[in-house]
Amino acid sequence: MNVGDALSRLPGYSHALLVVPDEEGYPLSVATSFRVVDGTVEVTPASTGPSAVRDTVEARLVVSHIRPYPGVGYDQRRYIELSGALAVGGPAWRFNPEAARGWDEQELSFPELCQRALPQARRYLAALSTERGREVKPQMSTGWRFFLATRLPFLTATIVPVFLGLAAAAYDRHFSIGLAALTLVGAMAVHLGLNVANDVFDTMSGVDDGNFTPTKFSGGSRVLQYGLVTMRQMMALAAVFYAVAIIVGLALVAISGLGLLWLGVAGVLISYFYTAPPLRLVHRGLGELCVALGFGPIMVLGAYFVQTGHYALRPLILSIPVAILVMLILYANEVPDRFADAKAGKRTLVVRMQPAAVIRGYVVAVAVAYLVVIGGVVFGVLPWPTLISLLTIPLAYQTWKGLKAHYDSPYQLMSYLGKNVNLHLYTGLLLVIGVLLGILIRR
Amino acid sequence: MSATVVAGMPGPVVELLNKALVGELTVVDRKGRLRTDPLIPFWDGRHILMTSSILFSRKLEDIKRNPKVSLSLSDPVGIPAQPFSRATIQGDARVIDDDLHQGWYRLLPLWEAKEPIIKTFLKPMQKLGLPLFWERAIIEILPKRVLWWPNGDTTRDPQVTDLRESAA
Repeated sequence: MNVGDALSRLPGYSHALLVVPDEEGYPLSVATSFRVVDGTVEVTPASTGPSAVRDTVEARLVVSHIRPYPGVGYDQRRYIELSGALAVGGPAWRFNPEAARGWDEQELSFPELCQRALPQARRYLAALSTERGREVKPQMSTGWRFFLATRLPFLTATIVPVFLGLAAAAYDRHFSIGLAALTLVGAMAVHLGLNVANDVFDTMSGVDDGNFTPTKFSGGSRVLQYGLVTMRQMMALAAVFYAVAIIVGLALVAISGLGLLWLGVAGVLISYFYTAPPLRLVHRGLGELCVALGFGPIMVLGAYFVQTGHYALRPLILSIPVAILVMLILYANEVPDRFADAKAGKRTLVVRMQPAAVIRGYVVAVAVAYLVVIGGVVFGVLPWPTLISLLTIPLAYQTWKGLKAHYDSPYQLMSYLGKNVNLHLYTGLLLVIGVLLGILIRR
Repeated sequence: MSATVVAGMPGPVVELLNKALVGELTVVDRKGRLRTDPLIPFWDGRHILMTSSILFSRKLEDIKRNPKVSLSLSDPVGIPAQPFSRATIQGDARVIDDDLHQGWYRLLPLWEAKEPIIKTFLKPMQKLGLPLFWERAIIEILPKRVLWWPNGDTTRDPQVTDLRESAA
């Protein structure tokens, strides 16, 4: 904050706090009224008793505002601290400001302020570690660290397409519970490996460090930024998930046939090279396509193949709406991340496009997702009960409205990003239910 | 050297401390410059207590180097006390940061009394959003001198109370 800007804001405050050092070296503060006159501040003389305020070049003028909610808390926090020289005497004291700092929560949200303060927290912990001769780290239980590092709630993006593939296989009279469980474990391992590897590579490239507006849907898990997990632990975790995925995948290939191998290899490679060099697919504007392929056709067709030993048109058509909707999770989540992404050279679609085009793109993609379901039913590929997935159209509408209204407000956008995640989940589950109802009706 | 014993804090100032949702804490930084930050003050009958996240720990570093601080209670909006008055409390502060994760929880009853919603933010799922905000130190101020302005009028002389019954 510069001095001119700070002075222009002062009239918005009811009073100021004048702070000076006293003769014993203690800060001495006293409230007073003030007015801004030609780049300086006239301060009403205040009495501090025997320890009188004297001329000093080390004065501070502090203004502060909050709006309390008795019994709850407060909001609208803002303050400014001006530093400069104070000349006392006469009917008005004169304060000449030379520097200013401050914060207004309506201009810089509290969560963003906290993110920007991470280096200070790390410095403090480092100093404390030196002081104590042992490493002092932030604490969190292993379970919660795992939950945070893996971004476990996002597993719905895997569960939905796997269930859809299994439902499609059941529709074609093939279903083994053991193979279904193994498929789910393998798919979840790839997804969790992707989440963890994504954090590793985004931290290495500086994307996550430069993101000051992460939300629970975007900006990575931030366990590395918070010092909750080390880079080595994250790399080991990613390796374990990928190892599990490869072992389970090979077992499923051995059981179901070589036709699954190419799909599995494609899934693991897309997952790994999503953020990993040299391909870094997400940096090239291919993130949406990768996510759509990985969490759409690859998972739906893979789950279907494991059960049936062949591919088919129905699971492919079923995979398209969930592919589009999961792609839109990433797409919308990139909106609050776009400045950090651009700074780190991560040229996502949202970074490349104008806001109006991004929003139009969202509408078109959602429309295509629903039209594929309608078309699938009209052409007899999908059972007609899958039309119940259209019940989520109002949710899509709400998400679009939120995206439009809060495009530039990461934290106001957050609840709509949540609706967008639910749009994929509910539409996918309704498609699963629709296919299962199709089995009942057919009988 | 002088031994220091703290006498009683004036009643109206205790009232301000118990009502204040915000106070302005001034510390002296490494270069001898003053630095003021708003914080919620609590009173435990002997010390003024505050808590600061390690995210905003510059003041903690400053206090460790120089314990001389002052706290101003001056904002009629942030201090819903009736009748309103103003006070400045000078004192010596220390930082208690031996358990950043749990140590500050002893302030929770006092914090919750002023900001009941705080307990909501302490649920595990909520804390995940900003985990380092909940790694916190306690600032404990032993009051030394209190300036109290009845009715909040600082153009008049304050009542000054020296809380040290000092002996050589």
